[in-house]
Amino acid sequence: MVQLTLPKNSRMRVGKTWPKPEGKNVRRFNIYRWDPDTGENPRIDTYFIDLDKCGPMVLDALIKIKNEIDPTLTFRRSCREGICGSCAMNIDGGNRLACIFGIDEVTGKDVNIYPLPHMPVVKDLIPDLTHFYAQHASVNPYLITESPTPGKEWRQSIEDRKKLDGLYECVMCASCSTSCPSYWWNGDRYLGPAALLHAYRWIIDSRDEATAERLDALEDPFKLYRCHTIMNCTNTCPKGLNPAKAIASIKHMMVERVV
Amino acid sequence: MRYITPRKSAVGLGASHEGTQHHWYMTMSAVALAILTPLFMITIACAIGLPRELLLAYFGRPLPALITGLFVIVGMLHFIKGTRIMIDDYFQGATRKGAVIFSVIFGWAVIATAVYALARMGLGAIVVL
Repeated sequence: MVQLTLPKNSRMRVGKTWPKPEGKNVRRFNIYRWDPDTGENPRIDTYFIDLDKCGPMVLDALIKIKNEIDPTLTFRRSCREGICGSCAMNIDGGNRLACIFGIDEVTGKDVNIYPLPHMPVVKDLIPDLTHFYAQHASVNPYLITESPTPGKEWRQSIEDRKKLDGLYECVMCASCSTSCPSYWWNGDRYLGPAALLHAYRWIIDSRDEATAERLDALEDPFKLYRCHTIMNCTNTCPKGLNPAKAIASIKHMMVERVV
Repeated sequence: MRYITPRKSAVGLGASHEGTQHHWYMTMSAVALAILTPLFMITIACAIGLPRELLLAYFGRPLPALITGLFVIVGMLHFIKGTRIMIDDYFQGATRKGAVIFSVIFGWAVIATAVYALARMGLGAIVVL
């Protein structure tokens, strides 16, 4: 449901400003901090990084802060090359993967870093993605067949395989779903762009035999039709995918069934 | 504290198997309004400045009356279904249900009023009470 103001325990306060190092190429990082163990409201801590002594990506700066300035800073990261989706966070007003988003791409004067929007926060930059993952699991993201399994493999033509391009590459970073206002307001019932993109990936798979059941499971004013083609998902996807087009294709298939 | 699994929470009550007709109707009515809106504006523009008697006679003619009637009916049905989307977005629980009922009543009241007015003008049965 729409919330026009932040709850009292989510209102931001000014946090600690860490010492500024010497150097000509120093940039300021404002980072969201929240520790559930303290019971205090979230705060914005300010760090200064000498970019001449730091890697080019935002994740490099975060790791440098954690290693050299403030070891309590908490964030997810793993592959550092845009494959695992762990380090998705809100950087410079948009949802990005910190590992493939360059510090020089930040258009503002300061580098502002927050967790993914409108999700419960576990700690600092780590959102709770439990519900997001459960929604993904609810679309049965795997091959479903009834025909006897072939001896060697389920065959697929080159043309049918090409239909999966732009869909299978999703790394489930949640950048798209957490940038969607419909997902903010009705995330408990709306599946969101990521889960719907994965649903379409299996609906369109020529080898899958559960197309009708998959469409049945999506036909709902909330699960599917909360998408109002706002396009934030496509705009923000760090992998350059187009979840809005996938959702539109599902709607098109739904209409095909009734008209 | 509710001891339900994330999967149960995500699935909820399941799919209602509704929404496609609504989506298709909104698409159709939007196309219809794209045609009807300019026609309605031309109809109204032609009526501006007419004295009362000529205005009643103007809307008593088939074409202005049909264009106006169709515009109001299609527009208000589009309004009813469109506001339903907004209400579902922004309200929950009893407020949502109440807002849906209000928008449906309001939409049909406007349709009824417009049809009644056009019928009176068309039939020329103007009675001053």
